[in-house]
Amino acid sequence: MTTDVITRLDPQSHAAKRGLSDLSIRNLFIIPTILFLIVFNIFPLLYSLYYSFTDFRASTNAAANFVGLQNYRELLNDPFIWNNFVITAKYVIVSVAGQVIVGFGVALLLNRDIPYKGLITTLLLLPMMLSMAVVGLFWKLLYDPSFGIINYALGLGTFEWLANPDMALYAVAITDIWMWSPFVMLLSLAGLSAVPKHLYEAAAIDRAGSLYTFFRITLPLVAPILMIAIIFRTMEAFKTFDLAYILTSQPTTEVLSIRLYKMAFQEWQTGRSCALAYIMLIVVVAITNIYVKYLNKVKER
Amino acid sequence: MAAVRTPAERTLNRLAIVSVLLVTLIFLAPIYWITATAFKPRNLATTVPPTVMFEPEVSPFVKLFLRRSQLRAAPSEEEYAAAPWWEQMVFDGGEKVVRSGTGEVRWSAYPDRFMNSLIIAISSTVLAVGMGTLTAYGFSRFKVAGEQDWLFFILSTRMLPPVVVAIPMFLMYRVFGLTDTHVGLIILYTAFNLSFSVWLMKGFIDEIPREYEEAALVDGYTRLQAFFKVVLPEAATGIAATAVFCFIIAWNEYAFALIMTNRRAQTAPPFIPSQIGSGLPDWTVIAAGTVLFLLPVAIFTFLLRNHLLRGMSFGAIRK
Repeated sequence: MTTDVITRLDPQSHAAKRGLSDLSIRNLFIIPTILFLIVFNIFPLLYSLYYSFTDFRASTNAAANFVGLQNYRELLNDPFIWNNFVITAKYVIVSVAGQVIVGFGVALLLNRDIPYKGLITTLLLLPMMLSMAVVGLFWKLLYDPSFGIINYALGLGTFEWLANPDMALYAVAITDIWMWSPFVMLLSLAGLSAVPKHLYEAAAIDRAGSLYTFFRITLPLVAPILMIAIIFRTMEAFKTFDLAYILTSQPTTEVLSIRLYKMAFQEWQTGRSCALAYIMLIVVVAITNIYVKYLNKVKER
Repeated sequence: MAAVRTPAERTLNRLAIVSVLLVTLIFLAPIYWITATAFKPRNLATTVPPTVMFEPEVSPFVKLFLRRSQLRAAPSEEEYAAAPWWEQMVFDGGEKVVRSGTGEVRWSAYPDRFMNSLIIAISSTVLAVGMGTLTAYGFSRFKVAGEQDWLFFILSTRMLPPVVVAIPMFLMYRVFGLTDTHVGLIILYTAFNLSFSVWLMKGFIDEIPREYEEAALVDGYTRLQAFFKVVLPEAATGIAATAVFCFIIAWNEYAFALIMTNRRAQTAPPFIPSQIGSGLPDWTVIAAGTVLFLLPVAIFTFLLRNHLLRGMSFGAIRK
């Protein structure tokens, strides 16, 4: 950790007396950023915390009435909202599991003697750098039941992907897996390359089977970094909006962010949507906490 | 990995190479397909079965930039012959170029939205990286009470779901008249990227040996001079990588742009999908717009390739 290695400039020295003091430089450098984040992130959240206890509607000029916990109570008793939670959970599980399987699998393949490894890795990383909204748009073309290339390539005839309520969520997840497996692959590759070679050599001398080597050496050593990838992707998948919103308008793909968007900006139930936002926020902060704990663990190694 | 030894291992490795190539082809296929569609004649874009082989043309890119309307009657031969090549392309597609009263060619909305994206992404990147670098230096070199907590606070602002932040921001922007303005989006994207920039830059600055600055201080530099003349040049690569990341994030952002803008300051991500609208969309033009929009990011990805791991893990994991 950096704090431990800091050796401070002696405040009595000549260098410290010239120009601005270290203290004022530190404050000058740090405080504007903190203020900026408080004004544009924390203050709005307090603002919406207040509205979450009211029946405010941004579409009318009527003043907001304080309604206490009513919004929260109604939301948590609303089976439709619970359904949105279930859809989101299903989406998170399918897409993160898919990304881990594909991403880690490809990383294992790439961790061998592959010619042009650098170029191939960069090419594979391309999808995750693209705009989710635009990716969603062009996957619509790929998924089209009649002229889409996916049905043609897989020989599926006129199979409905996005217009089919049972399939749509999986179609969104598949696109997400295409986009974000590279992320898991990237982190896994870093983990794999950090496994000391002598462990494999020792295992080879002991005539350990490849399965044994994988489960007793590779997996435990890559696990922490893989865990970071999983937590990070879980958090992102939980927040997902762009892909599902652009790809389909099926009720079966209405993840929490989309419900929230509709509640806030189409139905104009501002107060209620602020309450739902807070419920989501609590979940995200919890996941972030776990994420940071793992980050610190990996850094300490 | 250990060197390939036995024949069995050699076969395994060959199998791995083949699989890797196959996976790469599958992953790149969607990008190839949208790019191919951008060079197709309109009547080949949505055929059943899909057209794989075709003669590429640039007409979708020409049409992308021009405002067009349906042709009611075919142009006369003289009219067609007198038209420049790009106008002929529009005629060939059964459309005509829309002109203003004075006969000037009208542009489509695309170049406007593209410019909005550029202005907003570049401005917010400069702000986020500028402030982020200073803050990162502050955290890297000075004692800050509760440093880990502050850094966690900074990171946590980045983890908020955009839609959650957007609701109160929308209400505030309405009061201050910042909805559908460039400034409004620039502020949002700066806030969004600032935490990222602090975390990434802190990693880069931590790696610069403190002895460099200390030597400069001994030589009579003030702390500020040492920062600008010694630390910043040393951190140049890190700053460039951070800037490219921030640019890409702002360039790609969709949810804020969808909620906060509708016309004047609208960026490309909400605009491009909105072109589908009702009726039969011209997929070749949409594809052309998509390809042009994705191209800068594709180029940047290659430039960034050695920093991707670091950037995508918020500077936590380094090679």
